[in-house]
Amino acid sequence: MVQTDLIKDPHVLTGKLHWGVIPFHDPVVMPVMIAAILGGLFVVGFVTYKKLWGYLWDEWFTSVDHKKIGIMYCIVALIMLLRGFSDAILMRTHQALSTADEFGAGYLPPEHYDQIFTAHGVIMIFFVATPLMVGIMNVVMPLQIGARDVAFPFLNSLSFYLFLVGALLVNISLFVGEFAAVGWLAYTPLSGIDYSPGVGVDYWIWALQISGLGTTLTAVNFVATILKMRAPGMTLMKMPVFTWTTFCANGIALVIFPILTIAIAQLTLDRYFDFNFFTNDDGGNQMMWVNLIWAWGHPEVYFLVLPAFGMISEVTATFSRKRLFGYTSLVWATIVIMILSFLVWLHHFFTMGSGASVNAFFGIMTMIIGIPTGVKLYNWIFTMYKGRVELTASMWWVIAMLITFTIGGMTGVMLSIPANDFVLHNSMFVPAHFHNVIIGGAVYGYFAGFTYWFPKATGAKLNETLGKWSVALWFFGYFFAWLPLYYTGFDGMTRRLQYIDNPEWQMSMYIALIGVAMIAAGIGTQVVNIAWSLYKRNEPGYKDVTGDPWDGHTLEWFTASPPQFYNFGEEIQVSDRDPLLDMKQKGTAYKRPSKYGRIHMPKNTWAGPVLGMLTLPFGFGFVWHIWWMVFASLAAIIACWIKYNFERDKDYYVEVPEVERIEGEFLKSNEGREFYFEKHAKHYKKWNPSKENDSSVVAK
Amino acid sequence: MTALTNDHDTHDHDDHHHHEAEAADRYMFGFWLYVISDCLLFCTLFATYAVMSQNFAGGITPHELFDLNFVAVETALLLLSSFTFGMAMLGANEENMGRMKLWLKITALLGLGFLAMEIYEFVHFSHEGATPQTSGYWTAFYSLVATHGLHVTVGLVWMAILFVHFNRDGFSHENKIRLACLSLFWHFLDIIWICVFSFVYLRGAM
Amino acid sequence: MKKKLFQSTMVFSLALLLSGCELALFDSSGVTGKEIGDTILLTMGLMLIVVIPTIIMSIWIPYKYHESKKDEVYDPEWEHSSKIEFFAWGVPVVIIAVLAVITYITSYSLDPRKEIASDKEPLTIQVVAMDWKWLFLYPEEKIATVNEVAFPVDRPVEFLVTSQSTMNSLFIPKLGGQIYAMAGMENRMNLMATEVGEYRGISANYSGFGFAGMRFKAKVTSEEDYGKWIEGVRTSEQVLTDAEYDRLTEKTRDHKVEHFSSIDPLQFKNIIESFIGAQNGSN
Repeated sequence: MVQTDLIKDPHVLTGKLHWGVIPFHDPVVMPVMIAAILGGLFVVGFVTYKKLWGYLWDEWFTSVDHKKIGIMYCIVALIMLLRGFSDAILMRTHQALSTADEFGAGYLPPEHYDQIFTAHGVIMIFFVATPLMVGIMNVVMPLQIGARDVAFPFLNSLSFYLFLVGALLVNISLFVGEFAAVGWLAYTPLSGIDYSPGVGVDYWIWALQISGLGTTLTAVNFVATILKMRAPGMTLMKMPVFTWTTFCANGIALVIFPILTIAIAQLTLDRYFDFNFFTNDDGGNQMMWVNLIWAWGHPEVYFLVLPAFGMISEVTATFSRKRLFGYTSLVWATIVIMILSFLVWLHHFFTMGSGASVNAFFGIMTMIIGIPTGVKLYNWIFTMYKGRVELTASMWWVIAMLITFTIGGMTGVMLSIPANDFVLHNSMFVPAHFHNVIIGGAVYGYFAGFTYWFPKATGAKLNETLGKWSVALWFFGYFFAWLPLYYTGFDGMTRRLQYIDNPEWQMSMYIALIGVAMIAAGIGTQVVNIAWSLYKRNEPGYKDVTGDPWDGHTLEWFTASPPQFYNFGEEIQVSDRDPLLDMKQKGTAYKRPSKYGRIHMPKNTWAGPVLGMLTLPFGFGFVWHIWWMVFASLAAIIACWIKYNFERDKDYYVEVPEVERIEGEFLKSNEGREFYFEKHAKHYKKWNPSKENDSSVVAK
Repeated sequence: MTALTNDHDTHDHDDHHHHEAEAADRYMFGFWLYVISDCLLFCTLFATYAVMSQNFAGGITPHELFDLNFVAVETALLLLSSFTFGMAMLGANEENMGRMKLWLKITALLGLGFLAMEIYEFVHFSHEGATPQTSGYWTAFYSLVATHGLHVTVGLVWMAILFVHFNRDGFSHENKIRLACLSLFWHFLDIIWICVFSFVYLRGAM
Repeated sequence: MKKKLFQSTMVFSLALLLSGCELALFDSSGVTGKEIGDTILLTMGLMLIVVIPTIIMSIWIPYKYHESKKDEVYDPEWEHSSKIEFFAWGVPVVIIAVLAVITYITSYSLDPRKEIASDKEPLTIQVVAMDWKWLFLYPEEKIATVNEVAFPVDRPVEFLVTSQSTMNSLFIPKLGGQIYAMAGMENRMNLMATEVGEYRGISANYSGFGFAGMRFKAKVTSEEDYGKWIEGVRTSEQVLTDAEYDRLTEKTRDHKVEHFSSIDPLQFKNIIESFIGAQNGSN
């Protein structure tokens, strides 16, 4: 009774909140909640006991340093990976136990199961893949272009906290109230107030709206950084491929996130104020939602996968001990994918009845994307060709990616044919396909990059053996988990089933369960690996002394690990696509420049965390209709913004003696190194030791 | 767009000017990028408006309500405000504080007039039975026009804040960037309004 | 290690393919379904022409040029080859061109809106997706059923599909094709079964908590049995009155089969038009 009254007429102070929304009696959620509270208390207690709050606040929370922000993104992403993957385990175990003729099978009721698959999708896309990628971009991209920081360091900090608030809202929904049970893209009219009167969809709305705003700001920031802050001499066609893909990905984000913002705002108006955008009745148009969400959603997957392609390119070139094959081709393939990604969204709903001509157009546009993607695969393969391939853990990820992603590409092309789609759409084939490309393409790429750049961010290399174990477990785990589901998809099994009425599929569900257990072991290995390698960070074999553990080609390796807070002691003059290799060949790498200059740096600021975190009560108030909280936090946001706006003293200079001291230590660690190319000098035709100072020999 | 360099060090003039020029370039470029994303925001709103332009659901139609003369005055106010903002920019280029402030005040008044007319129009329409809840059409109409109105409101608040900035620091380097960004924003809103006027009011009144 | 891994993957996928002949989509009992099944296999085969060599190369090349193979060619500055670039772009272009032609042709020939050629009159069945059940209306026979539909073999059936609530998708995997059901709109799908049998009918698009139980029996019968089935439904005591329809709009899970011996012939039109504004202007 209390609940229904509150939905219609929220309380002035507490809105729709009441004790009943906390799932005290839920056997799954309650232990998690208790564990989370205890864990949280432990962390808070530990930090207080060690008197670390000041350090954390000064050095991390308020930091505008792109490297630290990047690390914070990655930490949150990895925590959310555990949350998102627990959902996957719940789904797979439930489906393995839920073969039955009617409701009541398995251990999760639909009210719970449907929230889980929604949360899984939302978390994995928005709060795992996106932040892991943005985190790696943050750490690496400014270093790769020889910049001191991103274009707008404060905005970068703000973006992080907006993303964090989104992640927090999703997690709060687990303990207070409920999450959406409408599928990760919340199709209308199901997500409208008539069919989903609870707060679940509101949590979905505010989590995505707030973190989406952060992504838009990141896109502005990174595009400006890449176009305005490259080291002198680094023309667009001399940018490293990872920077190129970062640029294209953020170009996509800049265009598509406003569409998401508007679509969600419209759904918000529908739900809170009875507008009629997507309603069944009164002139609403539910198909418009599907179009808008996919006009954002399809480019979004390219936003996710392009940087992974960049990471694969960097890793492959470094560990093949070669220059990247077909750089120009790769760059143009990236640009073509970026443009085409806007022209394919309708392939997500061929079955909505658009007609043969429209379907044929979008089907063909979709498969055309296969061309530049195929080109990329060939370029990576031919980068290894005539190389000296060093099969490190990062390279294992690359090879796992090449195999898995190729298969995912094949199933993607199969789906892009409208005729096929009429029987494959909404079947298990579809999740099998997109996990094939997102895990096989994006996630393996991120992990390759993560393993590759981990020493750069932390100063310690990851353990190779454990790393290879996680690749193997993920790789085989993926095929065990999803080949059976491709199979049931061919047999007409739909996705999102809370119980399964066909006993023939039970065996497939068991096999998939084995796969999920293997991936879980793979993730466990990764967690252990990170903890172990950080614990051993000062020991030989782990410690990255020189800042260039892999003998890299690009500028991020031309600084210590972790990098000096100002990144580079000197302004770097670039004259080659592989600037560091070029410097190594000319003999100018890691040499003291004639003169150091003062370095201009932004100061840390309270404004990022405070402004960002204030959106938490704002979103939470909206979810529960606690209007005073909404207005109070809005007022606080505006007040803080204005206060920050009027602040002076936002930057400072690092003076020359300090730069000299830090740089001196760094250069000392690189003294007397022999580079890979020197050991294999006879193979480097363009490099001539006798004329090592004559730049015309190596200039291109 | 506020983390501007605020450097009072006078030792290194070259350094200083280099940073200022670089920062101005960077901030203007960043603001352009923001304007592009804002432009896409409006594109999406226009697209939804186009989709819903016939979804009257048996309710009142714009044809019965739109008064082109009224909207023409509204439009004139906003267009004029773009012109007066241009005059303010001329004043700023000459670092003539009095002139700039005068023209900015006129701009703000015109903007306020525009907003007042828009609010009056909304109230009037609602009384005639066209609320956002009436039908898909009015839902789309209000959200498009009000989003523009909201932007104008933000522009006016920004202008007020800028006044305080100019009172405090005069024609400082950062204030010039701020003014240039606001100017870009204001002209952008003008262009959006021209689209609103043509696609919404002219078509709706036909 | 990598080689073994590759072999096991291939064996596993081959095993899957071999057992494929029993899968619903490749053992179709519908005319469109059969053609779609063939198209899926054809496109998969075409893609495998490039996929298999790519996978072999991505294992073989790192193996061949592994750092331990000191005798292999090593050419670190080799970064461009017009010949390879030509094939890197050319091969995908050719494959996609072929697939695009297939796409173009099948998009029209297998469009569910297209009427299926037959010497028999098509049977029209109107379908309403409800929370969480399917209502089938037979406008000519003036009967209705819930979660059960029957039609004669070898006779084209035209499904007119709408929804009373959320978005669903009408799908009979063994016969081929699915189409979205949306409130206030009429969608169309043509099917023709070639074999007598009882097939699984489902909603393919997630529509809420009762979604998993939103299933129906699709009975494909001989003309004679179809007539008997109609007679059987006609003997039902239930009549689809407004009150009965309101009862059906309530949310139910695993709804049992129901028969209605009489309906309003305009029922379907009325259901669609109960949602105003989607199609009409101010009239």
